[in-house]
Amino acid sequence: MSGMPDVTAGETQPAMGDRGLRPWSERTVWVVRILGIASLVGVAATVWLGLWVTPPDRVQGNLVRLVYVHPAVAWIALYVAFGTVGVASVLWLWPRTRSSFFDRLAASAMEIGTVFTGLTLVTGSIWGKPTWGVWWAWDARLTSTALLFVLQLGYLALRRVPSDPESRARRSAVAALVAALDVPIVHFSVLWWRTLHQKATVLTPTLSPKIHGIMAWTLLLGFVAFTLVFFWMLAVRMRSASIEDYLDDEGMDAALEERWAEGSSIAAESEEPAAAPVGTLVGAGMPATVKGGEL
Amino acid sequence: MPTMTTEPSVWRDAWVVSAKDLRIEMRSRVVMNQVLPFGLLVLVLFALALGPGRQTLIGAAPGLFWVAVLFSSVLAVQRSFSLESSDGARDGLRLAGLDPAGVFLGKAGAVAAQLGALEVVLGAGVVVLYGADVRSLLGLVAACLVATVGLAAAGTIYGALAAGLRVRETLLPFLLLPVVAPVLLAGTRAWQAALGSPPGAAGGASTGGGDPWMGVLVVFALVYVSLGVLLYGYLEEAA
Repeated sequence: MSGMPDVTAGETQPAMGDRGLRPWSERTVWVVRILGIASLVGVAATVWLGLWVTPPDRVQGNLVRLVYVHPAVAWIALYVAFGTVGVASVLWLWPRTRSSFFDRLAASAMEIGTVFTGLTLVTGSIWGKPTWGVWWAWDARLTSTALLFVLQLGYLALRRVPSDPESRARRSAVAALVAALDVPIVHFSVLWWRTLHQKATVLTPTLSPKIHGIMAWTLLLGFVAFTLVFFWMLAVRMRSASIEDYLDDEGMDAALEERWAEGSSIAAESEEPAAAPVGTLVGAGMPATVKGGEL
Repeated sequence: MPTMTTEPSVWRDAWVVSAKDLRIEMRSRVVMNQVLPFGLLVLVLFALALGPGRQTLIGAAPGLFWVAVLFSSVLAVQRSFSLESSDGARDGLRLAGLDPAGVFLGKAGAVAAQLGALEVVLGAGVVVLYGADVRSLLGLVAACLVATVGLAAAGTIYGALAAGLRVRETLLPFLLLPVVAPVLLAGTRAWQAALGSPPGAAGGASTGGGDPWMGVLVVFALVYVSLGVLLYGYLEEAA
């Protein structure tokens, strides 16, 4: 979708340029469809490898199978989704690339990211209960992730406040950037605090995975599969967001037209007993004045 | 926005806005007469919740102090923006041709000054009510100064973000408190070191003394002051 070339006008006129609904091109439809199929196949393969093919761990037993889900989900929540939101928000704020496309991108990525953060907390909690003996530990990383979850809910709450699209986009972009600064704190908190949480397994500084063979491959596949799922959901969510925007506009147009029609029919009725030509004249004149006043 | 303004005028604008907010506070005394007693009330409520045991209270004192400061800062920020909610004062401020960065620094400065005064009283309250003894006054004051800058900056960003929305009273604490959580964490640890209170259930976290936590406070303050300077213009336009 093209950015708006003229942005200085944004101050007085809301950016409405590309809010009309455009059908997805044939190619986009196919790309999204292939993405969907690939992500489903990836998740199915991860499930199969994770539950049946890989061996149980010597120490953790079958619990180790959570390693194929939990880090991958956390990776999406903390880095991919938040990275997308951050980049999209900056691009919206930067006048030369401002477009409602980036607002929708940020909003959709944040929604999906929030779900993934929730899943990170839930899967982590399920893993924590048998290994640490508690559902929740006040470990640094857990706490920061929980805070991040609250920040994301705050962003979504801010978006739900009724407001015109332009200023909602503006507020949201700023809120996203301010919240995005929490993500590095989440990451470095592992180093700052002494923590119960396991250190990174795959993304270690030397990039030498500490687990081997089929387990490492399943772990990697999980990362790829969940990343594909994220981008597939993102594409579908953005599509529905643009349809929502379009319906909002349409609804406004329809309401306006209804009012004009009402006005002209009332005018026509009241003038009915008199000469007909006068009635039509007033009827025709009404919408123009209403239109001028409303817009 | 035309960039005719030069550097000195950012500071002049900041001073003008700060002085305006503080003058209103001097005349209305809303923060002094309502927010400050609220902060003290929070300290008393904590004592009621935790019981009169001296050891418990002294151990918890640093954290309770910072929670009271955080709650009060939400109110101070809300007050700072409700000053401009009526009579189109917000638009007036925008039309006055002030640099947005200056307005941000001014409002944050006024909030910081009020929070500073509040912290002095609350700090005395912790010493008097909980019987904490001060080992390093310098440590307490340094942590307060840096933390207050960060709190005021983050608060002003979120205050501007929520200003003009009908649900701002409920939205602001929800948005602001998770963001300033690092201040609570770092401020508490810095105060634990300066008050000489036992680290409590914090485990081995106090190995490095108060210094890394001062670092967190400084980084937080720098990040949010620069974010505010960069982004405040966008927020003014969103109103």
